[in-house]
Amino acid sequence: MNTTHLEDIYLDNNATTMVDPAVFEEMKPYFCEQFGNPSSLHSFGNKVGFALKRARKQIQDLLGAEHDSEIIFTSCGTESDSTAILSALKAQPERKEIITTLVEHPAVLTLCEYLETEGYTVHKLEVDSKGRLDLDKYRSLLSDKVAVVSVMWANNESGTIFPIEEMAQLAAEQGIMFHTDAVQAVGKIPINLKDSAISMLSLSGHKLHAPKGIGVLYLRRGVRYRPLLRGGHQERGRRAGTENAPAIVGLGKACELAAEHMAFENTQVKAMRDRLEQGILAAVPNCFVTGDPDNRLPNTASIAFEYIEGEAILLLLNKVGIAASSGSACTSGSLEPSHVMRAMGIPYTAAHGTVRFSFSRYNTMAEVERVIKEVPPIVAKLRKLSPYWGENGPVENPGEAFAPVYA
Amino acid sequence: MWDYSEKVQEHFYNPKNAGAVEGANGVGDVGSISCGDALRLTLKVEPETEVILDAGFQTFGCGSAIASSSALTEMIKGLTLDEALKISNQDIADYLDGLPPEKMHCSVMGREALQAAVANYRGEVWEDDHEEGALVCKCFAVDQVMIEDTIRANNLHTVEEVTNYTKAGGGCSSCHEGIENILTRVLAEKGETFVAGVAAVAKPATAKAPEVPKLGTLARIRKIETVLDSIRPALQADNGDVELVDVDGKNIYVHLTGACTGCQMAAMTLGGIQQRLIEELGEFVKVIPASKEALVSMEG
Repeated sequence: MNTTHLEDIYLDNNATTMVDPAVFEEMKPYFCEQFGNPSSLHSFGNKVGFALKRARKQIQDLLGAEHDSEIIFTSCGTESDSTAILSALKAQPERKEIITTLVEHPAVLTLCEYLETEGYTVHKLEVDSKGRLDLDKYRSLLSDKVAVVSVMWANNESGTIFPIEEMAQLAAEQGIMFHTDAVQAVGKIPINLKDSAISMLSLSGHKLHAPKGIGVLYLRRGVRYRPLLRGGHQERGRRAGTENAPAIVGLGKACELAAEHMAFENTQVKAMRDRLEQGILAAVPNCFVTGDPDNRLPNTASIAFEYIEGEAILLLLNKVGIAASSGSACTSGSLEPSHVMRAMGIPYTAAHGTVRFSFSRYNTMAEVERVIKEVPPIVAKLRKLSPYWGENGPVENPGEAFAPVYA
Repeated sequence: MWDYSEKVQEHFYNPKNAGAVEGANGVGDVGSISCGDALRLTLKVEPETEVILDAGFQTFGCGSAIASSSALTEMIKGLTLDEALKISNQDIADYLDGLPPEKMHCSVMGREALQAAVANYRGEVWEDDHEEGALVCKCFAVDQVMIEDTIRANNLHTVEEVTNYTKAGGGCSSCHEGIENILTRVLAEKGETFVAGVAAVAKPATAKAPEVPKLGTLARIRKIETVLDSIRPALQADNGDVELVDVDGKNIYVHLTGACTGCQMAAMTLGGIQQRLIEELGEFVKVIPASKEALVSMEG
């Protein structure tokens, strides 16, 4: 299945990103030359200690955090999410409720489902057909029984952005901790934590051109906290374990670059995304964009192609050197299509055929034009095989015309 | 990305017999749009001989669903209905040089479509008795519904029993938490509580103290050969084999050949051989694959 050739087009940046060459350069000395343990007193360690301090500052700047000590390095976004939620529960044992949403990343949802079996009550907010939350419903759930609200800043599949600052403010007014999984938002949209009421925020390095294996938990000064990993003084005793120095240095540089490219992301990258959507929608019948078109990440396009299945689309795209991803059941090995698409009420005939194209600053408009050219024949080929598709369009009453025995 | 065989890729990229057959006299619709797989099989059957003259498919589904449909139509053309009905889902998977465990249900759908189409031709009503749940054991492709039904039907209480009855959990053991959760839920239905038995924390390498007198080098190697010979028929039954490469102290180097090469169960097979050798020799030995790929799969 390795059909990689030179002109391969990578449009799966919400899954992971290329390490920026400038980030890699910055990291290089911290393997064989500056290998010291930052905790050590001698010069080997000391220099690394200073490098970490600089990285912490770079991250603080991108997040608009008030203090650099609010940045805690972790191993990944998932660890940051688990640490935040479990900390809130441990620190406030009398509070047994969690508020989250139906469309969270599994890093939060799976943990919450597990916590339900431990006796916690988890409220999962629903979304409408565009992936938006009902804030009145949210307000009605806020009470002194709630230990933490955990809501993603932007959805990884549809790119829909939630009103995080407003929701954090509402929680703060009631004295409730607010955590946001911002792994898709950091570096793509401006964030200013010091002017927000957000208690905790998760970010993941590899989503913004830093390497894999590094994450951050932002913890507002004064928020009650219980570590997940104890056993060392690192990160002021809040996350024990020797620091992953090269990755931290890389993440610092990546955050600096993300800040520099923020405008580019929201103009040029957005223009590529918009052109892709417009081009595909004009050329392919029976497809539509999912999510909230007015409030989305600038880099994410999620297009549902009706009456065909996502994995088949991805395989054919891969064959012509285009990398994307899908919310179809088959790509994950489960039988249900994406929980995000189902939560938005996207019908099964379309939910299985959703394809996500996610951009980065490394894509080009020429690539976009090639994708626009390649997609229509692929969709047409698969529809020709589909029992729900006739000569020139969906069969009449697809549900009745083809109603298999076990539906 | 899935690790699809060349054959699967060939049938997906260039499917055979796509589309409905003209003048079809047998139609089978199976699958479920909610599961993301649906297949319509159309057959043209010669009434005198019941020979399938032509077969066509229309599939909504992933790469392996389309490949399985294409393979099925190729396999059944020219067969009589009775011959065709003998095709199992495993036959379809074999025709494609295997399917990933998560994708075996694609071949099941193919077999069901065939049954449905034949029933339709014969004027019978085909009833689907197959319900599918989320995949629990990825080593042996066992789903939740199968595990639940087996627990209920056989009054099972432990993970070990579930493994013995369904094979689920018999490979890498990563799904044991999931099986425990299913047991907890199913047992609660009849008011029972799941009690985890004395879990295997670590298996003692030597079950009994080495009472066997220490063997000389030649006798020891002969003994090893004898043990391998006794295991060989079981491996050959699965088209595999094992050969002794070298013995160096406690390290016994073997080479798995034939179907064992690259088999995801190779590490388990080696573990089984090691256990037998430890028992027979009465001393701790380590069985080490002599080929590089096998070494990786054992450590991975």
